[in-house]
Amino acid sequence: MRVWLRHAGSGAILGISLVGALLLTIAIGLVWMPYNPIAIDLAHPLAPPALHHWFGTDEFGRDVLSRSMLGARISVLIALATVAVAITLGTTLGLLAGYLRGWTDRVLMMGTDTVLAFPGILLALALIAVLGSSNGSIILALSTAYTPSVVRVVRSTVLSIREREFIEASRSAGDSALETIVRHVLPNVLPPVVVLATSLFGWAMLSESALSFLGVGVPPPAPTWGNMLSESRPYMDIAGWLSIVPGLCIAGTLLGINLLGDALRDWLDPRRES
Amino acid sequence: MLGYICKRLLLTLPTLLLVAVAVFLIIRLIPGDPAVVLLGEGADAASIAGVRADLGLDRPLPVQFFSWFGHALRGDLGRSIVSGEPVGASILQHFGITAAVVLVAVTFATLIAAAAGLIAAWRRNTAIDLAVVGAATVVLAVPSFWLGLVLLLLFGLKLGWLPFVGYVPFSESAGQAVLFLVLPVVTLTITESGVLTRMMRASSIDVLQLDYVTHARAKGLSERAVLVRHVFPNAFAPTLTLVGLTLGHLLGGIAVIETVFTLPGLGRLMVDSVLARDYPVVQGCLLFTAVVYVVVNLLVDLCYPIFDPRVTAR
Repeated sequence: MRVWLRHAGSGAILGISLVGALLLTIAIGLVWMPYNPIAIDLAHPLAPPALHHWFGTDEFGRDVLSRSMLGARISVLIALATVAVAITLGTTLGLLAGYLRGWTDRVLMMGTDTVLAFPGILLALALIAVLGSSNGSIILALSTAYTPSVVRVVRSTVLSIREREFIEASRSAGDSALETIVRHVLPNVLPPVVVLATSLFGWAMLSESALSFLGVGVPPPAPTWGNMLSESRPYMDIAGWLSIVPGLCIAGTLLGINLLGDALRDWLDPRRES
Repeated sequence: MLGYICKRLLLTLPTLLLVAVAVFLIIRLIPGDPAVVLLGEGADAASIAGVRADLGLDRPLPVQFFSWFGHALRGDLGRSIVSGEPVGASILQHFGITAAVVLVAVTFATLIAAAAGLIAAWRRNTAIDLAVVGAATVVLAVPSFWLGLVLLLLFGLKLGWLPFVGYVPFSESAGQAVLFLVLPVVTLTITESGVLTRMMRASSIDVLQLDYVTHARAKGLSERAVLVRHVFPNAFAPTLTLVGLTLGHLLGGIAVIETVFTLPGLGRLMVDSVLARDYPVVQGCLLFTAVVYVVVNLLVDLCYPIFDPRVTAR
């Protein structure tokens, strides 16, 4: 760990600090929030940032800090679930395609090519049109859009190692295909998958906030940074903080995840320079 | 070269067919009967059966597909449930504004990225490099819709330099139209330049280490000539692929930017039809954007040999 930190430098430290701050905020939010994030207080609408409301209040008098804290939890959970589904499904399919080759490979590649022919966010939009907007359909829609890139990465890694001696040895020792894949192929596939998972997490956070901003993501009154930004637009001229706070949250989180991803890639794949 | 072009063209056809099948199936996944959606819940069985027959929904799925696909090939994408307008005409009308913003912004972003990435790689590990990498990293983390809102707040509201909400078509007043497009173009240029700059810098670093660059320097060429004539063409090829992917994605609609700046573009059309459950329009937009994406990538692949002639030999 220490070697890694020295090697990765200040970018990694900033990345870890930002992601750490995000996780800490979520953890605190689980036990304590300054106000109830969805409680309406019509006596104090659009109050500017002050001591008792650090980030001010919105048009319904709801505390922006509390809403941002709950929004962080919702966005991170959706992004985590999206990445988990995409990585699990994509790794399984990629292993099968790369190891079995033949028809399995051809059919799976046709499928990934088709999905990759749609711009990701539009495919997600279309699937949400079909499924209706809810947290579950955001996860399903985004993971459908991301799975093909996981399949691609895993498949190409498997192709590069499947003819190596240790795989041949496992086969000659009489291991079944499943045993060979799980014990010998999978561990070699994990480093690029971890790097990809970090980027996917960032993309999922960004896409969820974009969908929520467009009004087809997380349905109100549940707050996410995206729908908070969307609701802030009519009050931009009199309550600028409503637009500034959620945006800074998204940008800070993405910066942290990207820096962490760069550091992970340098560490796991030292041949490539970022 | 001709063989390469033919091969790429032929490889595109099955993808386009699969894309059409996928679009058709996604829309058929919608829960409930489209005829009921069209007529409303209270419609009687006879008129529902009538609409089903009109839409061809009583025929087998493959027949429905080929009928729809045949019409789509002739440019007929059906009519909007909400407005009754032909979907194809509506898509083309909205596509114009999206294409204008995207093409200008991606051109600027590519120019900025090519210059900044090359210089950063050339002056690697200096203050210039650090500034370029730092700026690109920050830009990558800023969501386009938030950058748009902040610029609108600053230049539209506080300073009042640029129009705030709405849009004037080019046909009415070209000068006004340009003013409305300044902020969307600036926002998109900044957002897209981040990843392109990183790509250009990384490939320039690789190319600068190659023997032929050392050779070019050794024969006494100026640094400027080495960079422009020898490093740039090779380093730019991977960036060009990324430009193609970016163009393909963005031409499908920059929904969030169009929402921030209230522009009637393709992305906004898609979002509005999703919200209104206007399925013929959603289906049409999806098919159109996927075809644009595939065609743009095909064009980029066809341009690739200009920068890297080795690809035609494969």
